[in-house]
Amino acid sequence: MNEILQLLVYGLVLGSVLAMGAIGVSMIFGILRFAHFAHGDFMTLGAYLGLAFIAAFGLGAWWALPAAMLGMAIVAVGIDQLIYRRLRRTQPVILLISSFGMALILRSLVQLIWGSDNQTYVSGIQFPWRLDWLGGLRLKPDHAWIVLISAGLIVAVHLFLSRTRLGKAMRAMSDNMDLARISGIPAERVIMMTWIIGGALAAAAGVFLGIDTRLHPMMGWTTLLPVFAAAILGGIGRPYGAIVGGMVIGLSMEMSTLLISASYKPAVAFAIMVLMLIVRPQGIFKGTL
Amino acid sequence: MELAGITGYLISFLTFTGIYAVLVLGLNSQWGFTGQFNIGIAGFFAVGAYTSAILTTPGSPAYLGGFGMPFVAGLAGAVLASVIVGLAIGLITARLRTDYLAIATIGIAEMIRLFIKNEDWLTNGVRGIAGIARPLAGTPLDTPLGYLLIVAVFVVLAYFLVERAYVSPWGRVLRAIRENEPATAAAGKSIARFRLQAFVLGSALMGLGGGLYAHFFGFLSPEAFKPLYGTFIIWVMLIAGGSGNNRGALLGALIVWGVWTGTELATGLLPSHYATQGAALRVLLIGVLLQVILLTRPQGLLPEKPPKLIAKRPH
Amino acid sequence: MSTLLEARDLYGGYGGNDILKGVSLRVEADEVVVIVGPNGAGKSTAMKAIFGLLRIRQGQVLYRGEDITNARPEQMVRRGVAYVPQEHNIFPSLSVQENLEMGAYLMKGDLKPRLERIYQLFPRLAERKRQPTGQMSGGERQMVAMGRALMIDPRLLMLDEPTAGLSPKLIDETFVQIQKINAAGIGVLMVEQNAKQALAIASRGYVLATGANRHEDSGAALLADPHVAEMFLGG
Repeated sequence: MNEILQLLVYGLVLGSVLAMGAIGVSMIFGILRFAHFAHGDFMTLGAYLGLAFIAAFGLGAWWALPAAMLGMAIVAVGIDQLIYRRLRRTQPVILLISSFGMALILRSLVQLIWGSDNQTYVSGIQFPWRLDWLGGLRLKPDHAWIVLISAGLIVAVHLFLSRTRLGKAMRAMSDNMDLARISGIPAERVIMMTWIIGGALAAAAGVFLGIDTRLHPMMGWTTLLPVFAAAILGGIGRPYGAIVGGMVIGLSMEMSTLLISASYKPAVAFAIMVLMLIVRPQGIFKGTL
Repeated sequence: MELAGITGYLISFLTFTGIYAVLVLGLNSQWGFTGQFNIGIAGFFAVGAYTSAILTTPGSPAYLGGFGMPFVAGLAGAVLASVIVGLAIGLITARLRTDYLAIATIGIAEMIRLFIKNEDWLTNGVRGIAGIARPLAGTPLDTPLGYLLIVAVFVVLAYFLVERAYVSPWGRVLRAIRENEPATAAAGKSIARFRLQAFVLGSALMGLGGGLYAHFFGFLSPEAFKPLYGTFIIWVMLIAGGSGNNRGALLGALIVWGVWTGTELATGLLPSHYATQGAALRVLLIGVLLQVILLTRPQGLLPEKPPKLIAKRPH
Repeated sequence: MSTLLEARDLYGGYGGNDILKGVSLRVEADEVVVIVGPNGAGKSTAMKAIFGLLRIRQGQVLYRGEDITNARPEQMVRRGVAYVPQEHNIFPSLSVQENLEMGAYLMKGDLKPRLERIYQLFPRLAERKRQPTGQMSGGERQMVAMGRALMIDPRLLMLDEPTAGLSPKLIDETFVQIQKINAAGIGVLMVEQNAKQALAIASRGYVLATGANRHEDSGAALLADPHVAEMFLGG
């Protein structure tokens, strides 16, 4: 029982990370109509930007978060303006290929600048709290923070999408791009906002991963497949679906270790995704693709 | 560098180009014929390579082997295994829209690599399989040049296969699907079945490439089938050469492999502690090269009409 | 009386092929103008081209005297032209109110007065402000679609088959709504398959076939014309 609770905690933490990535992927997929294969490496670069910031100013690990989010928001918009924007009128698959190439570019840049060794935000081990009232469950403060901050970010995204005009326009464009044009909604502004949010949340996911484990140039790429699985599970273009998808995939991946080897965790995410694609490709919340 | 060194290098270069050419031709069968966007090439590549290796290497306590079969049997096994995997995957993916197909295929490739890494009893995991025999050991052809000739024969065979397939009645149906899917479906042709067949043809060629690679390189490890080497570089070859086009496939293989090895020579001149950085720099270069091609000449060097995608843009 | 919209000799279509082969039409500020014709005549294509959704290769579109040929949809909306497509004309995951708000995206200031006007025109929508429109019936969705377009207080309302797929009762109601909208001072240009009923409320009508004009006359005259009745007035 205790083991199950422990895995539940890990599942929530992983789920939070995946949700952060999946919201961005889902929105980019819904509005720009392509699978953004560089999103994992957005997470990686975000994590490393955060590392550079705290190293430069000698700050605590959690200061990496705002720096990473701001940094990646800018980088994401930059990449779109420089490259993706010019490919918008071509076949959607060209954007996919380009993003695949972008992933490699970002990854190799990270490797060139920071090297391929593992890095961490802080040295030393953090001692977990022991929650006796939950059967002696061990909870690392970092885990609690990751889940709480993710929840906060999710609330912020929700408020943006449901209360602001630009947020509603984003949902509208995801629903029906042509009608959005017909209504006069400025597509480029919505697209820019999509990259800002996508980049910032991806950076958050990267920082969470870095804080929970360590930083490594491949850290985002290995998370990309579960992130895609979460986005597809929730329904493309459905940010709330992405959150649910992230949690389901995260929990499934961690719980699966009760039955199968931990090295096959990505396979669990993949299996769920393939099942969805066969049985209900529009996802739980009926996405726009 | 002496002449022998240069020719040796050239032979090795051309052999690798040939192996990659077979892979690109396989990809073109899937992409050029039917617009199926497979980012999981590395998976078929790996299946073919490992199957051939397992079938032909002598026994070892570390992993499944000891069949000691001849080279040709190894290749046949490689193709067969890839066909089976291709069939299984194709059945799932043949109906998927392009983006989902891409995600699914890369997932499959990663799962295959994960399997290879973890199932030591079969593949010796990360330690890899070594000592894979040269095909004609003991015969006069057991030289690098001899091996190049063998690879060249297979390239020519593969090229003729896909070219003939393209102009055959089967190929005509594929082109009809490309041009006007609803009409072809209405005429009673099963779209999914033809797509599947093209997909399997592609997988077979990729498996063949894998088998050739195993015997040429002599050593296999999961590292060789990471998405960069196993998939991305092949896509760049097809796009650079001209997608949808078999001759473009060959040209692209030659040019991109040339750029890739050229940069390897260049970074090889750097001091050794820059080795990994040099590798990262080359990856960066290839990535940037791809963006430049996509932005300036996406149709490649030998353009041909690109295939119509399976999925229509909604709305 | 100023001419609200004038299209002169339009040629254009999707990609390379011209679907429109010399279409001309005119809408005055107080008119309801109807475009009828057989399937494939290019009626919807003409509307889309005028609104800037398709490229006009040759020809001119004037709005209140200003050349707006190939203007982007956003520019059309800024000038007070609203367009309701035939299909996919709502944002399904957005609520009724949010759909309407999107219609007025470019408008400054408080949207409440605008929303009130729409709810007065379509009381049924007022009862369902927060309901996601994807779950609504065909008739209700049509109301949302039209309401969205009316949020900018357009001078010209362009409708592509507003009664498609509706029950006879709803078709009648829709035509009454359109007349009400026109009476409030909004010019209406609409494509319709229910040609008889549409021409009955039309000031003028155009008959299009194979991408070009065939007939033009007042609504009543077209209704009475036996040739037109034979060829096109099935519904």
